[in-house]
Amino acid sequence: MHTFEFIRPADTTTAITTAAQSKTAQQGADVRFMGGGTTLIDLMKLNVETPARILDINRLPLNKIEDTSDNGLRIGATVRNSDLAYHPRVQRDYSVLTQAILQGASAQIRNMATVGGNLLQRTRCVYFRDIAMPCNKREPGTGCPAITGHNRTLAILGTSEKCVATNPSDMCIALAALEATVQIQGTKGNRTVAFGEFHLLPGSTPHRETVLEPGDLITHITLPPPTSGSKHLYLKLRDRASYEFALASAAVVLSISNGKISRARLALGGVGTKPWRVPEAEAALVGKSANDATFRQAAEAALQGAKPQSENRFKIELAKRCLTHALRTAAAS
Amino acid sequence: MSEDDPQSCLPDPTRRKFLVTTGSSVAASLAASYVPAFANSTEPTNDSASDVATTPYIEGAIPITLRINGKDHALRIDPRTTLLDCIRETVALTGTKKGCDHGQCGACTVHVNGKRVLSCLNLALMHDGNEITTIEGLGTPESMHPMQAAFVACDGYQCGYCTSGQIMSAVALLKEPCGPDDAAVKELMSGNICRCGAYANIVAAIQQVRKGA
Repeated sequence: MHTFEFIRPADTTTAITTAAQSKTAQQGADVRFMGGGTTLIDLMKLNVETPARILDINRLPLNKIEDTSDNGLRIGATVRNSDLAYHPRVQRDYSVLTQAILQGASAQIRNMATVGGNLLQRTRCVYFRDIAMPCNKREPGTGCPAITGHNRTLAILGTSEKCVATNPSDMCIALAALEATVQIQGTKGNRTVAFGEFHLLPGSTPHRETVLEPGDLITHITLPPPTSGSKHLYLKLRDRASYEFALASAAVVLSISNGKISRARLALGGVGTKPWRVPEAEAALVGKSANDATFRQAAEAALQGAKPQSENRFKIELAKRCLTHALRTAAAS
Repeated sequence: MSEDDPQSCLPDPTRRKFLVTTGSSVAASLAASYVPAFANSTEPTNDSASDVATTPYIEGAIPITLRINGKDHALRIDPRTTLLDCIRETVALTGTKKGCDHGQCGACTVHVNGKRVLSCLNLALMHDGNEITTIEGLGTPESMHPMQAAFVACDGYQCGYCTSGQIMSAVALLKEPCGPDDAAVKELMSGNICRCGAYANIVAAIQQVRKGA
């Protein structure tokens, strides 16, 4: 691990002005905020991340979960994953989020990892994690060995010729389906970004994973008011039953009245280069009867643009079945 | 059996003391620039807040006080030091194990403010003011924590390397939302890998404590 300066900023403003001295935005930057450390310290040990300064944000007043005036929920960036998952309102009104968090990582990691940090967790692509290998995400312009190499676990949606890395998050898949917003504080003030616009497609700049600019700090995630009577489900398929990243997962928030689907919010994990909301599949459900044929049709629509890599063609059918089964289970709940 | 036990007819050096003694002579012979704190002849854990004197000087080291098992340790550490390395190498509490060092095995599990965390993915500097508990703070061979006793009774290990992490995890699990059945225990224990495969007995030990509690 490279050496670094350890700083505990006294307040949020100091944290932001210090981080703004960074040459690039958060991920891979020379000044890094540290929350739980579960991604960052791991990657620092591998010399994938080599920050010169670490800003410990754990003592900043960003660890509250509060009701918003419209009955939504405002979640501080340093709230731990487990505290969010077990929060009574999340369990009651946003249970897809509880399910997604509890199917991710292990109890120890969930006790450490922060909500803001989860939005910035980095891909598990083996080439990204190995500094002996080229990687466009880690070292722009060096190439992508995954496209011709080991890519079984990598993405089939949102890929580019430069990068096929999967976003590894479970929590983010639920946040996408819940239409969360991300509150960001930066040197130019505060702004709110829709969850679907927070992460970027790799395109020709896979090293740039989010809209964050140098100095930008995620301060909160806000959930809109819950849709009453909606059915929530997160289904995760993986190589082992627990403590493993998704090969395919689906977050489903479904409203059904008189046997017809009135509202659907769907997102897929394990298959996209970012948390993958599927509006095509949502549109394919609304107004239809809640039955297997409808669900399969939606799944076909969701994966229509999928482009498999050499080792992961199976993910297309797996993701379809994952979404179909999640819809069927949610509808029956 | 305690080494101070007058009934003992043979000296009973612990494995740790044996390794420390041989390790320190090897280190001396190599004239290593890094001298572990525990190379001193006295056990640093016995004297309250006396560890500053025994922490070797390292350029760029930062002073910090860590509260481990109810005792304050005033230390000087390199900012890169993980909580795990600090506990093992600086404070010389070697019950906490280093397995993968990347958050994939759970061997390094300790409690911070009563919650289980992986000490390998934490910087020690992040923990001033926190209450850290390691396996040494849980019980002693003479007075074991009920979970330690259950692991012994149920034979919840083979080689023992993952055991302190398993027990720290299991003790924390007692205070977490966990369904009554074995499947729920297995799910919440999935972050602790046992390569010997003692899982069935580990689950049995945990369920024994939960049912007795």
